[in-house]
Amino acid sequence: MANRILQALLALTILALALAPLWAGRADLRLLMEVLAYLALAQMWNLLAGYTGLISVGQQAWVGLGGYLFFALTILGGVPVFAAFPLAALLTAVLAVPTGWVAFRLQGAYFAIGTWVIAEVYRLVAAQVGALGGGSGISLPVAVAKSIAETRMGREYVMYYIAFALAVIAVAGVWLILRSRWGLALTAIRDSEVAAESVGVNTMRSKFLIYVITAGLTGLTGAFLFFQKLRITPDAAFSVNDWTAFVIFIVVIGGIGTIEGPIIGTILFFALREVAADWGTWYLMGLGALAIAVMLIDKRGLWGAIHARWGLSILPVSRNLPD
Amino acid sequence: MTVLLELKGVNKSFGALRVAQDVTFDLPEGQALGVIGPNGAGKSTLFNLIGGALPPSSGQIAFDGHDVTRTPASARCRAGVARSFQIPHPFVGMSVFENLLVASSFGESGHTDPEAAAAHILDITGLRHRANRHAGSLTLLERKRLELSRALATGPKLLLLDEIAGGLTEGECHDLVATIKDVQSTGVSIIWIEHIVHALMAVVDRLIVIDFGRIVADGDPATVMAQPEVQEIYMGISVEDAA
Ligand SMILES: Nc1ncnc2c1ncn2[C@@H]1O[C@H](COP(=O)(O)OP(=O)(O)O)[C@@H](O)[C@H]1O
Ligand SMILES: [Mg+2]
Repeated sequence: MANRILQALLALTILALALAPLWAGRADLRLLMEVLAYLALAQMWNLLAGYTGLISVGQQAWVGLGGYLFFALTILGGVPVFAAFPLAALLTAVLAVPTGWVAFRLQGAYFAIGTWVIAEVYRLVAAQVGALGGGSGISLPVAVAKSIAETRMGREYVMYYIAFALAVIAVAGVWLILRSRWGLALTAIRDSEVAAESVGVNTMRSKFLIYVITAGLTGLTGAFLFFQKLRITPDAAFSVNDWTAFVIFIVVIGGIGTIEGPIIGTILFFALREVAADWGTWYLMGLGALAIAVMLIDKRGLWGAIHARWGLSILPVSRNLPD
Repeated sequence: MTVLLELKGVNKSFGALRVAQDVTFDLPEGQALGVIGPNGAGKSTLFNLIGGALPPSSGQIAFDGHDVTRTPASARCRAGVARSFQIPHPFVGMSVFENLLVASSFGESGHTDPEAAAAHILDITGLRHRANRHAGSLTLLERKRLELSRALATGPKLLLLDEIAGGLTEGECHDLVATIKDVQSTGVSIIWIEHIVHALMAVVDRLIVIDFGRIVADGDPATVMAQPEVQEIYMGISVEDAA
């Protein structure tokens, strides 16, 4: 019953979001775009860290690469915007293959640090590319922006629906994966890697595939984020704070290893930001303190605790044995 | 007699600690082999080596006619090696049924209907009434039974059981013995590490004793138990349980 109510609430939220251009002002739309992009980033980090146990603190590598590849494709390659998005995602995933090959030699904390170092290397490389403005970055030519819509408001609408599609792809994609046979394996890896391996799950292959897929979708989100900003610089594109720290915060407070956790976490994160944005540094310290408190009190996060106590599930992925 | 599993000169060290020393034996197809030895002797390590959770420092392991010394655990499982863990490793966030479903979906191929296979195993091991419960909510004894069930759900040719009888009542122990005998009668080979010697003796065709990583006795169970050096190593438990 409670599940049904929550599901109805989710359906209503999706409907409201689908119709947002009808009721939201320009500033609200901008905020919603950011919320939806963060939801996509959080779902990807959660799929990676929450299910395969690969704690990456280098997600900014994929956001930055996606953004830079998108700018390179549209500015230097003359590729149309809507072709540049999937291409940037695909190329980011392709780059994740050799990157993963290096990162997977490292275990645990070394893997985490390794991903960060790799992201730094990508940032330094991006700053060397003169054709894309080097260290000071580059703006997207007006012609490229105008190619999606003539008017300013038209562009806002198109961008909004790109963000909406991104979030839907991320949430629905994760849900479909988790409900599949492969999802069974990923959930098993989440709970015990050694046991999953012992019942025939090729954990290495699953982890690598998830690493590459999440890199691609994170790259797609990066392409969108910098298309929306119309400007990219190495520091903004490869920011560990914006694209990894906040995302980890969202997933940890919301509930790692659940599909609902990142949704709850994203809502909470932006609610807090709206309230406390003026607090400056105190706000960031508060976020950190809250994340640590969650880990100490109940490391399953808000949704994890709710799910454990009341058995609630908005997007169920479990399979029952019928009587 | 076909040999299913073959260990040749297998050694394993953790730093200076040698937990497997020149371990060599064959397991004929269909045999139930018991393994005993003091705590810390290297019994569970032997399972890690056979199951592929740990690579040996040297030596060879062959299964079903193929060298598997460097084969990852998941591939060995798909070839037909299944194991239970002495300290249970349930998939705590999944139901009991789903725990088995992972095994029947990814274990040794051939389960065209993983759901039916999982349900069938739950009937055999008596966990059906817990099927839709969270594995994280099981008692230790139920978790041990889940270990056995999940291993069986992979559809193994060789079943490795690591101390699953501890803590059971007399009646439960009797049921467990019957279950394992049934499994063996379907052609599955078994290696069973167990401190509850009377349960072990009711099942196995052969007994190996391990001490300090070495096989110190190997043969007919009654003959092995009667050896003075085994009595010495095993005094406490054998006197109490073999009675
Ligand atoms: N992964 C490991 N790393 C280091 N030492 C280990 C490891 N696994 C087991 N050991 C040590 O090896 C010895 C044998 O352990 P084990 O095989 O579990 O013994 P048994 O199952 O016979 O009680 C013990 O001293 C144990 O502490
Ligand atoms: Mg042991």
